[in-house]
Amino acid sequence: MIYTQSPLAIGLFFVFVFFVLGLSFYLARRTSSADGYYAAGGNIHWFTNGIAFAGDYLSAASFLGICGMIATAGYDGWMYSIGYLAGWMVALFLVAEPMKRLGKYTFTDALDSKFNSKSIQLMAAISTLAVSVFYLIPQMVGAGVLVQPLLGMPHWVGVCIVGVVVTIIVATAGMASTTYVQFFKGALLLICSTIVVISVLTRGLGTDPNQGDTKEYHKFQTLNAVVTNGNLQVAGYDVVAGLDSEFGQAGFVKLSQGGAETVWHLKEAATGYELVEALFVTKMADGTKLFNGAPKEEGKFFAVGHIKEITVDGKEIAQTGAVGPLEFLNRFKDSTVVLWGKKYVKVGDTTTTIYYQKPTPGSRILRPGLKFKVDNASGLDKFNFISLMIALFCGTAALPHILIRYYTVPSQAAARKSTIVAIAAIGFFYVLTLYLGLGAMTNGVINITDNNMSAPLLALSFGVILFSVISSLAFATVLGTVSGLIVASAGAVAHDLMDNFLGMNMSDKGKVRAGKISAMVIGAIAIYLGIIFEGMNVSFLVGWAFAVAASANLPAILMILFWKKATAQGVAASIFIGLTSSLGLILVSPDMWVRYGLLPQDAPVAFNSPAAISIPASILTLVIVSLMTQKKGAMVEEGAEA
Amino acid sequence: MGHGPAVKLGKDNAAAYKGKIGISMFIVYTLTYFGFVVINAVNPGLMEKVYFGQTLAVLYGFFLIIFALVLAVIYNHFCTAAEARLN
Repeated sequence: MIYTQSPLAIGLFFVFVFFVLGLSFYLARRTSSADGYYAAGGNIHWFTNGIAFAGDYLSAASFLGICGMIATAGYDGWMYSIGYLAGWMVALFLVAEPMKRLGKYTFTDALDSKFNSKSIQLMAAISTLAVSVFYLIPQMVGAGVLVQPLLGMPHWVGVCIVGVVVTIIVATAGMASTTYVQFFKGALLLICSTIVVISVLTRGLGTDPNQGDTKEYHKFQTLNAVVTNGNLQVAGYDVVAGLDSEFGQAGFVKLSQGGAETVWHLKEAATGYELVEALFVTKMADGTKLFNGAPKEEGKFFAVGHIKEITVDGKEIAQTGAVGPLEFLNRFKDSTVVLWGKKYVKVGDTTTTIYYQKPTPGSRILRPGLKFKVDNASGLDKFNFISLMIALFCGTAALPHILIRYYTVPSQAAARKSTIVAIAAIGFFYVLTLYLGLGAMTNGVINITDNNMSAPLLALSFGVILFSVISSLAFATVLGTVSGLIVASAGAVAHDLMDNFLGMNMSDKGKVRAGKISAMVIGAIAIYLGIIFEGMNVSFLVGWAFAVAASANLPAILMILFWKKATAQGVAASIFIGLTSSLGLILVSPDMWVRYGLLPQDAPVAFNSPAAISIPASILTLVIVSLMTQKKGAMVEEGAEA
Repeated sequence: MGHGPAVKLGKDNAAAYKGKIGISMFIVYTLTYFGFVVINAVNPGLMEKVYFGQTLAVLYGFFLIIFALVLAVIYNHFCTAAEARLN
């Protein structure tokens, strides 16, 4: 195990969970009407709502996923931060005030406000459900990831805890409790992340990441090997899999010493080979996993993340000492940092995943291209990258759980001001993510098999108290975001589908009861999905949710607001095409092919991000269908009033 | 049907004006953002060049975050003034 549990962390975790539950039960007593349940009565202060926006938005994807991605892929991970933040400008300039003016509880209300169309009600509700469920998956995966080091329990337990607690929260008090949970969580997350970043800067950069002399970092070894009569020979080791083996063909060898097997990365040297120590995970035919040749509990798998060389004014140094934020980046840029590559070797029914060292200049890490293929890239690679950046930019203003927060404030000015508070808080946090990620990269804390825990484990390197608070907060982050998503989903089912589309004419209490039952069902679905998607980077998964939201919802929102000829049929068709095309392209993408246990190169499409195709398809559909249905459809009379 | 805001909103005479400056500022920020995306896609090596001690990628990233906040504050200033003048 890379980490062990602490009573303090477990205690704090339960304090957070019970605080959140207590708040929900307290607020539940004041929530009996549908207005209270779905929109917190529309009387939340704009500053509280702004921080709650940040709480909603700084989900597991931001805190766990982005930091983990920066820790392993540098600047490319930070591009998610930039894209996510930029998306708020679409929300502020185009969507915030009109959404407030047009809607009541859900974003479907706003879309349907001019038409009263059954097809819009149905499509928008389905879209809300699809996007929310997509967004729920990474949150639940994040919960599972957190529970392992916090409580020493398996992934599925974490997913179940979140599912059950959140369902209780939502089923008791709805949007009011969700808002206050998000407010406290958002504020605390900003404060604690700032403390971790200050600690990182105070520690500075060093070539021996011993976590302030508290924990010894594994000394990765290098061996020399010679080739005699075509056979590799290494002093003191037996060669288990040599140059002609599947390992050798992949650029590795497997050695044995005293019965313990190790894997080494081959590098050609003047006389023979240089062998650089690697980490490896072996998955046997029966599903058993060995970490560096032993069960996980034996602790033979090491945390990674170190600097090979730090150069200041042409001289190599071992430690920089405390540095300022800009000096930190400057020194990092002039260092050589060891990143980790990953390769698979399959022998019979056994698959070995090998993690090998890749010393990389800091300046190369502080520019794009380590995760996204942009250097010497094919047109398809560039398309994939641009498509993702479009999805991040367009997705924020189309996320149902973000949009419903505009109904919790009393006025359009409050909607605008709360968006600005959110931009300030989220922008500040995203600056911090760069330091959190690079801090994890250089402080020997990364679990290379699952980088999602990089930020909490970085906090652990500064002491168990900070780790406990940060991890509990991260868990509260998941709780809060999942609450918001389930409120949005419950609104789609109970308000949009049952009340509006099916015309069930429920009483105010009936609407609230329907919302609570919906919340429980959606919570159960989220638990199941959170378990089967274990191991995927949560920010990457959120990228997909953004693509679906941007394709299905944003064209409809913007065209209703700014194009007078939009018709109900055009809007419904646009949502349908945006939703099905983005979901369809994701389901046949290379990354999903890996999930199905197939080879990614065999996937029918060669890109992972569908937005650059599905958004234009959605817009085009809206325009064509609207033009075709001008006489039959109800036109937007006041479409450009915003 | 249950549509319409959860709270009663007065008529906003500044809505059209706010919409116009919102679109203008959106265009400015969108161009800045997609300039960043295009450089990354077309000439990523340029992002490694160092200015003022930092790579262009870091500088551009910080600029996009700070610029977002600056534009948001300016937008709010104009909107608040318009609301006071027209409502």
